[in-house]
Amino acid sequence: MIEIKHITKRFGKLTALDNLDLKLEKGQCIALIGPNGCGKTTLIKSILGMVLPEKGDIIFNGQNIKNNNEYRKHIGYMPQIGRYPENMTIGQVIDMIKGIRNSNEALDNDLYEQFEIGKMLHKKMRTLSGGTTQKVSAVLTFMFRPQVLILDEPTAGLDPVAAEILKEKIIAAKKAGCLILITSHLLSELEGIVSQVIFIQDGKLMLHKTTMELKRDTGKDTIAQSIVHLLKVQTV
Amino acid sequence: MIRILKYVALDILKTKIVIAYTIMLALLSWSAFSLEDNAAKGLVTVLNIVLLTVPLVSVLFATIYVYNSTEFIELLLSHPVKRSMIWKALFTGLSVSMTVAYIVGIGIPLLIFTDLATALIMIVSGSLLSVIFVAIAFLASILTRDKAKGIGISIMLWLYFALLFDGLVLFLFFQFSDYPIEKPIVILSALSPVDLCRILMLLRLDVSAMMGYTGAIFQHFFGNNWGLLLSFSLLTLWVVVPFYFSLRKFNKRDL
Amino acid sequence: MLLYAGTSRLWASTRYAGKGQPYPTIKAALTACRNGDTVIVTKGIYREGNLIIDKPICFSGAGMPVLDGELKYEILSVKSSDVTIKGFQLQHSGRAVMSDPGAIKVYDAKNVLIEDNVLIDNYFGVYLQYSTHCTVKNNVITASQKEEHESGNGIHCWKGDSLQIIGNRIAGHRDGIYFEFVTHSVIWRNISHHNLRYGLHFMFSNDDAYITNYFKNNGAGVAVMFTKRVTMINNTFEENWGDAAYGVLFKELTDCYLSGNKFLRNTTGIFFDGSNRITIEHNIFRANGWGMRMQANCMDNVIRENNFIGNTFDVTTNGSLTLNHFSENYWDKYQGYDLDKDKTGDVPFHPLSLYAVIVEKNPPAMLLYQSFMVNLLDKSEKIMPSLTPENFVDNTPRMIPYKL
Repeated sequence: MIEIKHITKRFGKLTALDNLDLKLEKGQCIALIGPNGCGKTTLIKSILGMVLPEKGDIIFNGQNIKNNNEYRKHIGYMPQIGRYPENMTIGQVIDMIKGIRNSNEALDNDLYEQFEIGKMLHKKMRTLSGGTTQKVSAVLTFMFRPQVLILDEPTAGLDPVAAEILKEKIIAAKKAGCLILITSHLLSELEGIVSQVIFIQDGKLMLHKTTMELKRDTGKDTIAQSIVHLLKVQTV
Repeated sequence: MIRILKYVALDILKTKIVIAYTIMLALLSWSAFSLEDNAAKGLVTVLNIVLLTVPLVSVLFATIYVYNSTEFIELLLSHPVKRSMIWKALFTGLSVSMTVAYIVGIGIPLLIFTDLATALIMIVSGSLLSVIFVAIAFLASILTRDKAKGIGISIMLWLYFALLFDGLVLFLFFQFSDYPIEKPIVILSALSPVDLCRILMLLRLDVSAMMGYTGAIFQHFFGNNWGLLLSFSLLTLWVVVPFYFSLRKFNKRDL
Repeated sequence: MLLYAGTSRLWASTRYAGKGQPYPTIKAALTACRNGDTVIVTKGIYREGNLIIDKPICFSGAGMPVLDGELKYEILSVKSSDVTIKGFQLQHSGRAVMSDPGAIKVYDAKNVLIEDNVLIDNYFGVYLQYSTHCTVKNNVITASQKEEHESGNGIHCWKGDSLQIIGNRIAGHRDGIYFEFVTHSVIWRNISHHNLRYGLHFMFSNDDAYITNYFKNNGAGVAVMFTKRVTMINNTFEENWGDAAYGVLFKELTDCYLSGNKFLRNTTGIFFDGSNRITIEHNIFRANGWGMRMQANCMDNVIRENNFIGNTFDVTTNGSLTLNHFSENYWDKYQGYDLDKDKTGDVPFHPLSLYAVIVEKNPPAMLLYQSFMVNLLDKSEKIMPSLTPENFVDNTPRMIPYKL
């Protein structure tokens, strides 16, 4: 579904992505992990077209994403920290995104109802707590039934109840056959959701395996333990 | 575009800064017209306000607003929206807001206290000045990611156009006072939108006859309808060029 | 001599000229008439070339007869004293530049009265040369040439004394009224407007007065030059706009007195060049580019009790030394205060702004008028004068304008 072909991106002297090659398929739920500054966010932003790589191509459903924006119809992106025009209300933001998407399909209002956004529509974005802002981001991410979900630290800042609701939603999406890309620093959270793990370090792909393979190869029970094991082996 | 624009414009108009700006302009112009004993004097005072504050507020507010919209731009970019569209919508939104603030604050008293032609020329040139400095702000803010630096660049540009440029021209007058410099000066004046606006207004105020040979050239150059058209085209160029370069840079930028 | 005068009056008669009259042509009537006669020309258009009046007669039109010079002739030549010309329309005089033909030209005569005529499209209108005690009164004189050199003056006086120019209306000539070597004369209640060069042009003419005239929109305003002891009272100088246009230009003028004049919307109200000992009081300078421009070669002029209102620059000079005296004027640019309530400001006013000095040296700098830079310069100069002459000052500025 998404093919990443030998992309390289440099920020000055720093090489954020170094000849990275990846293939992501429908129905996969992938954990994107790696140390801080390893290039995770750069990769996500490259897929979204926010960062423009110097070399290589990204193919989405057979189409090169260069100078193209229509493919983003199929992507739901939840940023780590969503910031919105301060003086707009939640209602206006949702309206605006609806208008931009201009989708004819029935909207997915599950999260909207579960987070009880309807009660807060008149609230200004400026006055919202970090958690509520994240809820708005989550609602917008799932609302248009995208085929691809890109979630950057989705549960950060959410209260446990909301986090659980979101998790359920992610699992449901996975079952519905979406491609899901998650980054999270809480590896334990990903347990039971993800089917594959991509590990990136210094802009290079270190590992791309299913969780089953990973656990088998490292002989550990959880993803977290497997990764820690891998890192230890590496440093030795 | 329209929908983004609508929300951007609403967002800006609701900002207290724009409201405060409108009120400030209104207060200054109303008091200028009612305190001065004749309308011409009031007009000169208003002209000074326009030439000084409008560029400053426009450039500063637009710069800060663009920097504060970084995340908003990012949010929109994750949706199927053309990059250039976002930039254009932001620009249009800011331009419209600053222009509306200007017209409400200064345009209305102008229409009441002066004759129609003068008021219209002043409204059009002031509006263009607002938009020009929004465009300059866009250029300044795309040049660097650092907000403080960006604001610094904006202030420097404003300072240059509002003050240093005139100083430079004055200096040239003295350096080359023995040469026929009138024609080069006419061209030079087109290099600063603030001066161009001022000269357009001065021609309305009839002081052109006092400028001697320069005045004659200016009257000849800008005084007729073609000149007016030319000067407004030049001012429009001052909108298009900075914005075009900022747009090109924005399209190639990593967010 | 007495007898002669007596008989001539006794025998004076009235002769009618015109179609169906005893004299079918004017020429015939003029030839036939005797001293003291009255020649009355009846209504009609007369093309008789040059008419010469060489006897003291009253030459009068009934029903505004038209005398046409066909662009070839001087229409009326007056070569005798004691002539009255009244009630004609004179048009299309010759255009020869050498002989300066006029509609009415008076040669070397006394006591000529030219009254109630209409002069249209002539080269010169009324031309008085070597004439004394003549009166030109209530004539309407217009021309419509476009170029200065194609046009003569409305009322042209050359070498004369004790002339009275009263109540005329002059437009479209080169100079409205022209005085050269004319003394002890008065110009009163004339309106001179839209002339190509000067509304009034005044040279080498001492001891004259011009009072209650109205000069508007003339190519270069009014020029008074090389003259002594002129009195100018209650005149209005309005809308003389242009690069070299002045309300009044004073050149080499001495011992003159101005009072109650109005200078409105001129590029320059008064331009002083080499003029000394002129007293200027109770005048209004309003909405001019420059109220006054005073060259450095002027001294001992007294400027007091005038109103300076709404001028771009009130006063300017091109030198650093000033020997003129400003006092008790009202300056609308004055920002001082009056704590002792004597209607005189407590701090002196420096009417010469730094920017005015800059523009004087460097006219293109006018381009920066009202720019922030220039306003800043002016403000700082006001607070700490360093570049403008120290003695260019009104020590007793008035707080409220005079009612003039």
